[in-house]
Amino acid sequence: MRKKKSRGDWWFDLGLVVISLLIIIVIAYPLYFVVIASFSQPEAVLGGKLRFLPIGFNVESYKMVLSEKKVWTGYRNTILYTVLGTCINLVLTTLAAYPLSRKDMPFRGPLTFVASFTMLFGGGMIPVYMVVRGLGLTDSIWAMVIPNALATYNMLVMKNYFQSSIPEELQEAAAIDGCDHFRTLLRVVLPLSAPIVAVIVLFYAVGHWNAFFNAVIYLRNQDLFPLQIVLRDILLQNSLEAVGGDLTGMYEKVMRGETMKYALIIVASAPVIAMYPFVQKYFVKGVMVGAIKG
Amino acid sequence: MAKAKTAAKKQKGAWKKIKGKWQLLAMFAFPLLWYLIFCYVPMYGIQLAFRNYNPRLGYLGSPLVGFRWFKQFFSSYYWKDIIWNTFSISLYSIVIGFPVPIILAIIINELPGRKFKKVLQNITYIPHFISMVVLCGMLYLFLSPRYGIVNVALSAMGLEPVGFLESSKYFKGVYVASGIWQESGWSSIIYIAALAGIDPSLYEAAKIDGAGRFKRILHVSLPGIVPTVVTLLILRVGQIMSIGFEKAYLLQNDLNLKSSEIISTLVYKQGILQGNIGYATAVGLMNSCLNLLLIVLANKFCKKFFETSLW
Repeated sequence: MRKKKSRGDWWFDLGLVVISLLIIIVIAYPLYFVVIASFSQPEAVLGGKLRFLPIGFNVESYKMVLSEKKVWTGYRNTILYTVLGTCINLVLTTLAAYPLSRKDMPFRGPLTFVASFTMLFGGGMIPVYMVVRGLGLTDSIWAMVIPNALATYNMLVMKNYFQSSIPEELQEAAAIDGCDHFRTLLRVVLPLSAPIVAVIVLFYAVGHWNAFFNAVIYLRNQDLFPLQIVLRDILLQNSLEAVGGDLTGMYEKVMRGETMKYALIIVASAPVIAMYPFVQKYFVKGVMVGAIKG
Repeated sequence: MAKAKTAAKKQKGAWKKIKGKWQLLAMFAFPLLWYLIFCYVPMYGIQLAFRNYNPRLGYLGSPLVGFRWFKQFFSSYYWKDIIWNTFSISLYSIVIGFPVPIILAIIINELPGRKFKKVLQNITYIPHFISMVVLCGMLYLFLSPRYGIVNVALSAMGLEPVGFLESSKYFKGVYVASGIWQESGWSSIIYIAALAGIDPSLYEAAKIDGAGRFKRILHVSLPGIVPTVVTLLILRVGQIMSIGFEKAYLLQNDLNLKSSEIISTLVYKQGILQGNIGYATAVGLMNSCLNLLLIVLANKFCKKFFETSLW
């Protein structure tokens, strides 16, 4: 099949490869730098000596991260919010997407509009805050999972998938066999929708893991702070428990506090980055499904 | 007899239908309740923009003040800066950032070798999954005037170190550039899909006509993805006044506030930190209305000139 490439083509390809390598460097080097900095001596990092390999390889920065108590509570809270939040998301999203995907749904048009309209217009930050506060959800776990329990975009993606990828005849057959809607959904539709369920779960889970806004607005109690708030405090506001206190070795602690930030970035992003190679095809698929208008 | 049977069957079918519909409605009840409480009650709460809110008096009891909060906003010393910041950050992001994923998609599409393509794609997607806090933390670390690698590199070249985040001069540049770094790869997915959908025979035909690689990109690839590009561009323009809260909030400090204060950060500070509920609601409402108007106009435009639309 393959024809011999002309000289022009060869140069063209070479140019493309060179540009691609440049792009890879621009994207990946900052990330790589974070990794090597987290394993290096603070003096080397702060002195700007770090290039391609860690200098004075050690794991002191990670030890300092793990000695920080609020990192642990933040991690625990974020895992809790992510698991609980994603479960709620999945249930609500499915309960909205399935009925709206059915042609025999009463008031289907108006109800779809009720859902879609919220993508165009909303009350805004303050009225939503007033509602959450009015319900007494502020400063509780629920503030982190209920106000964003449903993302309309994800719901519509799921609805479109149900409509386009699950044959109507199959659902009818299930009905003839005596399945009611709950059984049809659980036994027929959802098992056939594994790809979209995976996509939706991943989108929601990453969203919860990285969530910052709700915590800033609704949480005051430090024990409830998710990882992202802890990160903000340490990375951007330099508030460290380990630094401060007694003055012995103060200089080293301050220096270590800087490389510790790199280690913290790794620790905080590790779960998302670690699962990334395995699930990235689902993410990509999600974007594609979302792009199809329905 | 047979007739009666079919009638009975029909009745049973109808009953089943009603029962089925009842179930569908029951399923939708939970999401509907959520929509009502967290989307539509806040819309009802918009009236706070026209009231002097007093928690003891409630929404309806608080005195009406007409357009007082709107007038207050437009007589503040900062309103022009804030609107301009919100608008210009978006505008720069579009002008500089919008073409990048398209170019990236074309490069990926043209690359020889499946493996290398995949590697490039997967690497460029990664930054999308980094949280905003981590991204901003990295910016602070890298751009720090004393220790950041960028400034270390600058001083190695004999240049003065620059306080990128400590002046209002560079804030927008940093915002836009880091946004391009983070999202270009992810945004390219949709263009890669569009490119994959182009009929290969078009390329063959162009080849036979003597078109080189570059010409084929120009005359086959680009026209092939124009509908996607136009739709996304118009969509993006429709969102020009709605830029996220998190990044501006995380990157802003007293020194760059003049160019980093945007509508949403102002609403947050006024409403939630200072408790000026009416004022903050009013500013937020103006923004929401503007966004709605822009997206509707964008959609109209799309429909009229390109025969594609969002709804």
